[in-house]
Amino acid sequence: MDITRRHMLLLLPAAAVAWKYVQAGTPEAAPNYKLSEHSWGMLIDIPKCIGCGSCVRACAAENDVPDGYFRTWVERYHVTDYAIERPQVESPDGGKQGFPLNQDASGKNFFVPKLCNHCADSPCTQVCPVGATFVSPDGVVLVDKNYCLGCRYCVQACPYGCRFINPKTNTAEKCTLCYHRITKGLTTACAEVCPTGARQLADLKNPKDPIHEFLRTHSVQVLKPHMATGSKVFYNGMDGSVR
Amino acid sequence: MAVALIAFVLLRAAVVPKSFGEYGHYRGNAIGEIASRPIAHAGHDVCEGCHTDVVEKKRLGRHVVVPCEACHGALAKHADDPGNIQPPKLDTAVVCARCHEANSAKPKGFPQVATAEHSGGLACDTCHQPHKPKIETEEKAAGGKK
Amino acid sequence: MQIPVEGFMYPNEVELQWSVLIVLYPFITGLVAGAFILASLERVFRVVAVKPTYRLALLTALAFLLVAPMPLQLHLGHPERSFEMYLTPHRSSAMAMFGFVYLWYLMAVLLAEIWLDYRKDIVRKSQTSTGVARAFYKVLTLGSSNVSERSLVIDDRLGYAITLIGIPSAFLLHGYVGFIFGSVKANPWWSSPLMPIVFIFSAMVSGIAAVMLLYMVTTRLRGKQIDIRCLDAIAQYLLYTFVIDFSLEMLDLLQRIYEADESFRSLDFMVHTRLWTSQVIVQILLGTVTPIALLGLTQLVKFSEIARKRIYGLAGCLTVMGIFAMRWNVVIGGQLFSKSFLGYTTYKMGFATREGLLTAIILMILPFLILWVLVKLLPPWTDSESAPAHGTT
Repeated sequence: MDITRRHMLLLLPAAAVAWKYVQAGTPEAAPNYKLSEHSWGMLIDIPKCIGCGSCVRACAAENDVPDGYFRTWVERYHVTDYAIERPQVESPDGGKQGFPLNQDASGKNFFVPKLCNHCADSPCTQVCPVGATFVSPDGVVLVDKNYCLGCRYCVQACPYGCRFINPKTNTAEKCTLCYHRITKGLTTACAEVCPTGARQLADLKNPKDPIHEFLRTHSVQVLKPHMATGSKVFYNGMDGSVR
Repeated sequence: MAVALIAFVLLRAAVVPKSFGEYGHYRGNAIGEIASRPIAHAGHDVCEGCHTDVVEKKRLGRHVVVPCEACHGALAKHADDPGNIQPPKLDTAVVCARCHEANSAKPKGFPQVATAEHSGGLACDTCHQPHKPKIETEEKAAGGKK
Repeated sequence: MQIPVEGFMYPNEVELQWSVLIVLYPFITGLVAGAFILASLERVFRVVAVKPTYRLALLTALAFLLVAPMPLQLHLGHPERSFEMYLTPHRSSAMAMFGFVYLWYLMAVLLAEIWLDYRKDIVRKSQTSTGVARAFYKVLTLGSSNVSERSLVIDDRLGYAITLIGIPSAFLLHGYVGFIFGSVKANPWWSSPLMPIVFIFSAMVSGIAAVMLLYMVTTRLRGKQIDIRCLDAIAQYLLYTFVIDFSLEMLDLLQRIYEADESFRSLDFMVHTRLWTSQVIVQILLGTVTPIALLGLTQLVKFSEIARKRIYGLAGCLTVMGIFAMRWNVVIGGQLFSKSFLGYTTYKMGFATREGLLTAIILMILPFLILWVLVKLLPPWTDSESAPAHGTT
C-alpha cells in the first residue's frame, strides 16, 4: 500500500493523539506528584496547525479567561517572497473563532499558536517587586493572585506579550500550562482539544517523554532566542519571519 | 531608629505569610492553590467511557483523531452529572467552518472548502455526519477506496 | 472601548499597561531630586549666589515628595497590598527598592535636613506663638529647645553631612526609576544603559527650573525684589545641566539611527507619526532646544535685568513642559508600538477615571497646595525674621 499524503494526514495525528494519551498518564497519579520530578514545556508543530482556534476556546473555558484577553492565541502569517522581516500578521480575536475565508495562496501562509513560554530564565519573574509571580520547582511560571499588587511590571517585561491584567481580579494573569491539570496526570486543555496534535505537553525531565526524540530528530526553534529567556516552548517548522 | 527597626522586624514576622520562602521568593501555598482549580475539560477517554456508540462510528472515519470537546466544548460538568447537565446543541454552520473553512494558511492536504459556495447555504450536517464525515454514497461510487 | 490598532499587535498588548499616572511619577520624583540638587549647590558646593532659594528648594522637594507615592497607589490593582514591598521585597526587582529608597530619602535626608536648618526658628516659634500654633511648634522641636551656639554648630555640621549623603540619595531616588525602564530587555525603546543617567540629568533640569520659577513667582507675590544675581546663577547651572542632558539624549538618538537594529524601523515610524508632536515639537524643539538657546543667549549677550527675568521665566516654563513631555514619550511611547515590531496602538486616556487626566491634574496641583501650607508654617524667606541657620545671608 502506498503511503499517500492522505494516509499520513490520518496516521500522524492519530499517533500524536496516542502519544498524548501515553504521556498524560492516569489522573490517579496525582497524589504521587513530586515537584522535583518534572520540568514542563510544550511542543508546537507548526505545519500541523490548522488555525481552528479550538485551543483558544478550550483555554478560555478551562481557565475562565475574560473576553478580549488571551492566555493563548493563534496568529496567521503571510510572508511575501524574501521579505521575512516584514510579514503580514493577523489574529482576529486571538483566533478564537478560527480564521475567515482566505483563498489568497500567494506567498507563504501559516498559523502560529502562541502562549506563555514558561521561560527557565524568566524576565517577568525577575522584575516582580514582591514575589507574586515565580517559576515553580517543576518549571511552570505561575502568578499568585492573592499576593499580586497589579503593578504591571511583569506585563511590561514579557517579550512575548503573553501576560495581561484580569479586569475582575486586578492581578496579572497568563497561561499556567493548566497547572491544575498537569499535576493530576492530565494534559493541558489546549493540547487536549487540538484536532491535529499540533500542541503537545512535554515533560523535559521525563526520559520517556517523546519530546526528547523529537528534539533530536527535528529542527526546532524558540521565539526570540536573542532574548535568552530559556523558553521551554519549542516550535517545529517555524519560519524565520515569525515575530 | 533602633526601636522602629525592631518593631518592623516583629511586625514583618507576624504579617508575612507563613509559607513564603518555602520553595523560593514566593508563597509556597500558591502552588497548591493554583493546582486545586476545578477541571473543566473531561478528556476524550471519559466521554468514550459512556458514548460507545459514537466511538464505534468515529473509529473508521477521519474524525477519530478529533477529541470530543474540540467541537462540544468543555464537558467535565456533564461527565460528573450527565442526567442534569446537558451539553448545548451545536450549530454545524459555525463549528465545522472553524476547521474546514478554506484558508491558504492551512496545510495543503487538509480538507477545506469555501463553505458558502460548497453547500450553497445549507448546514453542514445536511449531508455530513460529523462523527463520520465522509459521505457514504461518494465512497461507494469511488469503489470503496480513495 | 475599541482601541484603534494599526498593523499587528499581540492581542494582550493593545491596551496600555502604564497610564499618565506613571508618567507623573518620574516627573514628580525628578522635580524632587532636581530641587534637592539645587539646594545642595549652596550647602555643599558653597555657591553663595543661590542661597535665597535654599529653603524654598527644600520645601519644594518635600511638597512633591509627599505627593509622589499617590500616582503609584492610584495605579496599582491592589494598593492595599503595597506594603508587601516592605515585607517581601524581591531583590532582583528594581521596583522593590521603591519603598526603601523613598522612606530613606524622606526621613533620613529631606525631613532631617529641613528640621536641622529650621530648628532655631522652630524653637523660637514654639516660644513666641500662642494656642494651637504653639503646641504644633512644640511638637516639631522634638523635645530639643537648645539653641546655644554649640548646638547650632552641631546642626550645621549634621546638615552638611546629610546633604552630602543626600546628593547620591537624590540620584538614587530618581536614578532607580530610570533603571526600572532601562533594564527591560523586552522593550527596545526603554532598554538602554543610558536611561538612569538621562533620567537623573533631566530630573536636575526640571527641578532647577521649577525652583527658579517658584522663586520668581513667590517673590513677586510677596511684593519683594528678585535677587537677580541668584537668578543668573541658577540659570547658569540650568544651562550647563541642560547641555549635558541634551547631549545624552541626542547620543542615544544618533546611535539608534546609525545602528538601525531590528526595532528601529518600527520606532522610527512611531516617532514620525504618533509621537511627532510630543517628542519632536514639544520635547525637543520647544522644550529643549529653545530654552538652551535662550539661556545660552543670556550668557553671550548682556541683556537688561527685566529682559533676563522674562527670558528666564520663559525658558523655565518651556523646560518644565519639555521634561514632562520627555517622561510622556518614554512611558507612553514605549507602549504604543508592538513588541512584534509590526504594529501600533493608541493611548485612550480617560478623564474622570482613577487613572485619567483629571486625576493627573489634581495630583499636579496638590504639591503646590502642600507647598503653600509648608511655606506658611516654615517661612523660607531670608528678609523676614527667619534666615537660613547656616552661614550669613
